[in-house]
Amino acid sequence: MDAAHSSAAMLVSNYVFPNDLHVHWSMMIVLYPYITGLVDGAFIIAALYYLFDVKSLRPVARFSLLFALAFLCIATLPLLLHLGRPERNFNMLLTPSPSSAMAGFGYIYAVSMGVLIFIILFVFREDLVELRTTSKGWLQLLYRAMTFDSIDLSKKALEFDRKIIRFLVGIGIPIAVVLHGYVGFIFGGVKANPTWSTPLMPVIFLFSACVSGISAIILAYIVIRKIKGRSIDHECIKTCIKTLTLFFIMAFAFEMLEVFSHSYLKSGYHHMVEGLLNGPLAISFWLWQVKICSVVPLFVLGVVGIFKIRADLYNLIAAIVSVILLLQVLLMRWNVVIGGQLMSKSARGYTEFHPEWFSKEGILAVIIVMAIPFIILFVLSRIFPFWVADNETNLK
Amino acid sequence: MNRRSFVKKVLNGTIAGSLYLVWPMGGDGLEIPEQIPGIRGQDYDILNQKFVFIVDITRCIGCGACCVADKREYNVPDGNYRTWVERYVKGFSDEIYVDSPHGGLDGYQHPRTDIEEEIRDTFFVPKLCNMCKEAPCVQVCPVGATFTSPDGFVLMDEKRCVGCAYCIQACPYSVRFLNPVTKVAEKCTWCYHRVRKGLLPACVEVCPTGARKFGSMKDETSEVYKILKGPGVLTVLRKEMGTFPALYYEGARREVI
Repeated sequence: MDAAHSSAAMLVSNYVFPNDLHVHWSMMIVLYPYITGLVDGAFIIAALYYLFDVKSLRPVARFSLLFALAFLCIATLPLLLHLGRPERNFNMLLTPSPSSAMAGFGYIYAVSMGVLIFIILFVFREDLVELRTTSKGWLQLLYRAMTFDSIDLSKKALEFDRKIIRFLVGIGIPIAVVLHGYVGFIFGGVKANPTWSTPLMPVIFLFSACVSGISAIILAYIVIRKIKGRSIDHECIKTCIKTLTLFFIMAFAFEMLEVFSHSYLKSGYHHMVEGLLNGPLAISFWLWQVKICSVVPLFVLGVVGIFKIRADLYNLIAAIVSVILLLQVLLMRWNVVIGGQLMSKSARGYTEFHPEWFSKEGILAVIIVMAIPFIILFVLSRIFPFWVADNETNLK
Repeated sequence: MNRRSFVKKVLNGTIAGSLYLVWPMGGDGLEIPEQIPGIRGQDYDILNQKFVFIVDITRCIGCGACCVADKREYNVPDGNYRTWVERYVKGFSDEIYVDSPHGGLDGYQHPRTDIEEEIRDTFFVPKLCNMCKEAPCVQVCPVGATFTSPDGFVLMDEKRCVGCAYCIQACPYSVRFLNPVTKVAEKCTWCYHRVRKGLLPACVEVCPTGARKFGSMKDETSEVYKILKGPGVLTVLRKEMGTFPALYYEGARREVI
């Protein structure tokens, strides 16, 4: 056997290139695809209702749009915290290099934000017009601005609104796909890294985005409704879980396909990938991401899909599965982003990553960044009514 | 001569004398001889240049002088390396043992003692920027801070760099790093500032054995021209990456990555 290609021989000295000892893309770059994934998944729920007429999703459709907005607002924050020279961030928009995948981010982000805001304004227009008449002071001014000073709620105007919403959601889907597929391509386009450079990467990112976003909507809906002591629409949860099951099967299948392809094709630096998954990532990948957070929920989703379960238990299981799947996607981002960088390009060794607490990319910063969207969501709840009235929820 | 006129004359003399000190002395005495012919004192046709770097592995003795010269030339922060030297040890079982403590900055003064089997072969491999024709770092830079100059050098504009580290991820040779002081990406430039003055890169100049060779392919008398024109076998690192490096290795074993 050729020694240069034998995994044992390659790893004997655990040699890491001197510049590879430091992991340059750390926790903020784990958060960034996680956040855009949440946005995308939440948007999918809204799109299923507004474009594909999945009526049972009505209770969460509006909320998921606001949820997406809250997270989209901070999607750039981890990137700014990560940049060495954040004050130069506008260089990306002012002097983008057309050959770089990363250069497109500013534009894609701006377009997604614009489309999402317009969708929200049109979806909520009826309520906003009503709120405008009942509110006073600066709030009224805000509602006037958000309704473009129009109070036309005639049947014709509302019908026109619906057409605009369908159009905007229609173009919103490809934009959402590009937004997150692009994030996957940022990694997939790095040929120097054998775990990243696969055309499957954008696909995996997209499906896992849907998984995390839908899980987040299910969890947020159940938790908020429970806290408020209001009823939970069982049909809605069931539809969400079914959608979630579909996307999760796809996501997990592609994740495993990538691992399987590496080990079956044995091409390039497969020994490094194998060594990575079975070495430094053995716990975070095989145990947590695959066994605990993928196989277990897959089994549970199978059970709730086949057997008839009473509503309150179903909702409890839905919430628990959502938590596990949110963790699954976070782990997947971690294992891809940080795990991928643990392999030295020397193909002879692995470096280590030790998260810090107080640096600008540290654990505390991560907690703060992830708390901000909930503050934004709270502010949004003061402006937009999250839920449709309870008596309207069961559209049959 | 009274005291007043004496003081006056002394003062005038002092001023005149000090003026002589600031008078241009001419820099001829400090002129460093041209090391790359055909550059100094001539129009530099930036569109018509081709430079080549060759590392002769059979000549490298692992003294680390190149690494020291490089660190001093650019004030490279500790723990980061524009260039480094690796030590390869190959055992009779075909095991490969590689190390590069401090990037070889201290030189390899002692043999490895942790290898139990009988050693078949050992050699040193200096690493630096490969100056790829299809440079991944240039491709991925979102702001165009990394660019290929018309004379074939992959360079960095540190005033444009946003410090996203995408180039560091993209470089298959790991020759880039994020400077902890300036917070921007940094890389080996083959001492472009020296080359434009007809001087050899710092690491080439200090190499005591001629393991690092640099020169212009426009100069038919240069060593690199003769090597490339000759029948000797040259290799590049990680050919499968499709980067087409302008850095060649002479005598590199295939274990070298």
